[in-house]
Amino acid sequence: MENFVSEPVLEISGVAYAYPDGHQALFGVDLHVHRGEKIALLGPNGAGKTTLVLHINGILLPGAGSVRITGMEVKTENLKQIRSKVGVVFQDPDDQLFMPTVRDDVAFGPNNMGITGEELDDRVNQALTAVGMQAFADRAPQHLSFGQRRRVAIATVLAMQPEILVLDEPSSNLDPAARREIAEILNELDITMLMVTHDLPYALELCQRSVILSAGTIVADRNTYDLLADEELIKQHRLELPFGFKLDPSLAKK
Amino acid sequence: MLLFVLLVVLTPLGNWWLFITYLLIIFTVILIAKLPPLTVIRRMVIEVPFVIFAVLMPFFSAGPYVSVLGMQLSEAGLTAGIGLLFKGTIGVLSSITLASTTPMREVLSGLSRLKVPNMLVEIAAFMVRYVDVVVDEMRRMRIARQSRGYFETGIRSWPVIAKAAGALFIRAYERGERVHLAMLSRGYQGKMPSYQIAIATNQQWLVGMILPISAVVVLILGWRIS
Repeated sequence: MENFVSEPVLEISGVAYAYPDGHQALFGVDLHVHRGEKIALLGPNGAGKTTLVLHINGILLPGAGSVRITGMEVKTENLKQIRSKVGVVFQDPDDQLFMPTVRDDVAFGPNNMGITGEELDDRVNQALTAVGMQAFADRAPQHLSFGQRRRVAIATVLAMQPEILVLDEPSSNLDPAARREIAEILNELDITMLMVTHDLPYALELCQRSVILSAGTIVADRNTYDLLADEELIKQHRLELPFGFKLDPSLAKK
Repeated sequence: MLLFVLLVVLTPLGNWWLFITYLLIIFTVILIAKLPPLTVIRRMVIEVPFVIFAVLMPFFSAGPYVSVLGMQLSEAGLTAGIGLLFKGTIGVLSSITLASTTPMREVLSGLSRLKVPNMLVEIAAFMVRYVDVVVDEMRRMRIARQSRGYFETGIRSWPVIAKAAGALFIRAYERGERVHLAMLSRGYQGKMPSYQIAIATNQQWLVGMILPISAVVVLILGWRIS
């Protein structure tokens, strides 16, 4: 109930966007995310998911409509604040990790926010502890396994203490154990989260609510279990539960 | 194109109107090819270091001095500088014309038929193939940096850019190794299939020779007159 009175952490209203080459990716997207919610953004390839993510932290600015983070509109003048409020973890950790050591890389974001000295060290340690990577602080990112790199990539964003954590395909390219470990880490985090994924069981495990983005608009927005139970709907938008997977009705009221 | 550039380079300095004629010829070709002028100008930026060098030459060379606009300039340096400027500009314009009118594959196969060592041609081919991949990787890394509140501002951002460049270099190198492994696993033994394309027809030869022939004509005329 409280959700209806509080100000949403993320408020996307009527966002439309066309790339400079004329290709239109978003056709009026509306989405509200409230504090503490964990939401899955589902949709087929090419639905505009990544484009939408790039709007949340102002890498792209909407052609129409607006994006607000805790009430602050995303626009050129306040990009600096926006980027410290929104933490985006990209799909390929190699895009994100480029410093010589894990520690340097985790420090990069908070450092950009002007944090130095002891506070910086604290943030780095906290973030690395949250993903269970503190023992690897002085290693070079390229010497870590893929799952470890993904965890460090999450830490690089957590160190900025964002209002909302946005994850692009957090379970992709992971072996089953690493996939589960990431799920445990994400489950533990006390943070507002928007997770872009095709991994429907993952959405069910981590997110109470899910939305489907298809052809540049939000076509469904409801409780994850109910959404996945609607076979007709998910099939229509090129989503499928994995072979042999049956929804467990005991999860329904979660 | 190569012949044309060679002829231009071999033209003795001092015959300035010859060079002006060469310039006019290459401009005509660019006009006929309908290359967008902005693109041509943007690509000419590569010449800037040579221009700086050419401009400096008259100030630092020795020899008899002439007075230009109240400045004492070396005559030999002035000649060499202007010569460099002309030859450089014509050379760059020719390369731009070739690069924008001929598909990369054909340029490569042409190089190979001109007996350029295979290794060099292959390296050039890989560069062409992967330059987009690397540029795209660079772009994604930049977006990831910006997303963590980083703004590129002047000289203070250079250390970060240098580290990113280093990471990019290592990654490009590793990708090279992966590509090589993938090639080996498909039976690569150090020799690429040659880039076969149709041999040029007589008509293509004729069109191709217009530039060098017109340069020869200009050169001979210049000789006669002087």
